[in-house]
Amino acid sequence: MPRIGKQTWEFPSRPVLLSAGSIVGPKEGEGPLGQDFDAVEEDMYFGQDSWEKAERRFFEQACEIALKKVGLSGEEVNVLYGGDLLNQIISANFAARTLAIPFVGLFGACSTSMEGLALAALTVDAGYADYALAATSSHHATAERQFRYPTEYGGQKPPSSQCTVTGSGAALVAKTGSGPRITHATIGKVVDLGITSPFEMGPAMAPAAVDTILRHFEDTGRTPEEYDLIVTGDLASIGHKIAVEMLEDQGYYLGDRFKDCGILIYDPDQEEVFAGGSGCACCATVTYGHLLKRMLRGELDRILVCATGALLSPLSNQQGESIPCVAHAVVIERGEES
Amino acid sequence: MATMVKQGVKAKAEFKKMARRHVPKRPVAANVIKAFLVGGAICLFGQFLNQIFITYFGFTQKSAGNPTVAVLIFLATLLTGLGVYDRLGQWAGAGSAVPVTGFANAMAAAAIEHRSEGFVLGVGGQMFKVAGPVIVYGTVAAFVVALISQLLKLL
Amino acid sequence: MTYVWAFIVGGGICVIGQLLLDLTKLTPAHVMTLLVCSGAVLDGLGLYEPLIQFAGAGATVPITSFGNALVHGAMAEAQTNGIIGIITGIFEVTSAGVSAAIVFSFFAAMMFRAKG
Repeated sequence: MPRIGKQTWEFPSRPVLLSAGSIVGPKEGEGPLGQDFDAVEEDMYFGQDSWEKAERRFFEQACEIALKKVGLSGEEVNVLYGGDLLNQIISANFAARTLAIPFVGLFGACSTSMEGLALAALTVDAGYADYALAATSSHHATAERQFRYPTEYGGQKPPSSQCTVTGSGAALVAKTGSGPRITHATIGKVVDLGITSPFEMGPAMAPAAVDTILRHFEDTGRTPEEYDLIVTGDLASIGHKIAVEMLEDQGYYLGDRFKDCGILIYDPDQEEVFAGGSGCACCATVTYGHLLKRMLRGELDRILVCATGALLSPLSNQQGESIPCVAHAVVIERGEES
Repeated sequence: MATMVKQGVKAKAEFKKMARRHVPKRPVAANVIKAFLVGGAICLFGQFLNQIFITYFGFTQKSAGNPTVAVLIFLATLLTGLGVYDRLGQWAGAGSAVPVTGFANAMAAAAIEHRSEGFVLGVGGQMFKVAGPVIVYGTVAAFVVALISQLLKLL
Repeated sequence: MTYVWAFIVGGGICVIGQLLLDLTKLTPAHVMTLLVCSGAVLDGLGLYEPLIQFAGAGATVPITSFGNALVHGAMAEAQTNGIIGIITGIFEVTSAGVSAAIVFSFFAAMMFRAKG
């Protein structure tokens, strides 16, 4: 049966992650992983006249890069699973208009990358698509504008804040071909342990990440040692420490094999990164840029990528609600040449 | 089915306590010192402006406040437009937010940011997005205080 | 000497703001609102004008002076025109601050682009 345990999907045909595209903004380009991204765009406006139009361009570019690498056109892709942080996911909507690929819009906040990848793998495995694209984007200015304050506002952010990654990551999944394989996906449940401050997203999301990771081990019967790397999307330094403690309380000591994309993407010395990166593009660009390259170099054989999302809106926050979060995990393995 | 992570009332309380331990304490002492220095400096500069308006432009002690505030607001708006005020704000905290320059920054930042939605609905409609509460509550508080004070006089 | 007090009192009011920001869950908007209301209340109690005499710009530059000015305008009108003066007088005195902010912000939006 393709579903194992309570929340995990197994993909018997082991769909191929045929190609991926990652494009980031200047801050990420200057970070420790700068060399691993396919493209760095120095202009945060991407030559457009609004931040939102810029984010769309990032989204489109990531998809185009992924397609170009294997010489495919948008015409040949059967479905695009895409989403972003903005109201009505306009970045994904408008990029889908440009790309002209059958479109399923998603909202998983910062968990969208793995939510999309899981669905793309599911669709290909079940035979409903030969090629499926999963993409997501985020932009520092559009997130600031929507969730917090105008970008030139002189408010003081506390050290627990995170810095939204500007960029986009896209992955093309296919039935056959050479490349890493997607073997499993664990779909997370919404978890809310009562954190209310939007400046403490990492702590808010940690329980959801832990819940999905524990469920993954429970469903698959695997142990952490069977993975070379288990990485969360954007818990950043504070949320990650909390996740480590929560996992230890359950008897899981992951040690060095447990990392976080929000911590990897920036150098702590970079200006205003605070606790680390966040945003849909954080997990997407680090996974599709950096981690896949490590896998190609033979450094990683099997990884579990657990993207984490905070499902709040500015309105829910103003109405006094806490922050419900979700995390989705996907297993990517180094492929045998086929 | 239940989640692997407990979400009951007790679990939430314990989690909050545990999270508290990991969230870094704000550097209150450093922030207070920076706020004091920057806030004081802005007010000192305001005092200089006051003197200039009194000495060279014939304003009185009472009326010099108006042009002083206008000049400070102009400068704050300029610094906001140049992209400098937000950096000052991150460093100085309340030191740049509490003086009237902070009010100007809030208005200017919102106006500049929302230009992409057009001048009427964007700039016009969103200008008071951040600074609105100050105007509303200042007015309401003034109304209540003045009313109470007048009523007390009548008694 | 007023210069020294301008620095100290102005800095002091900012310190109160910073403590509220760092030690409570209040947002900057909440803190500014609190300060402006305090200015209004202090003027109602007759305490803000002496502070201005003493500290000059240290009391007129922080946002608290908005509250003070609004109450002043209201009370001055009420003296001459009775209770209805409370409403007509409120904005008499603060027009410099609010209008300057509106006008300059508008021009700033015409001239500058948000830099992110």
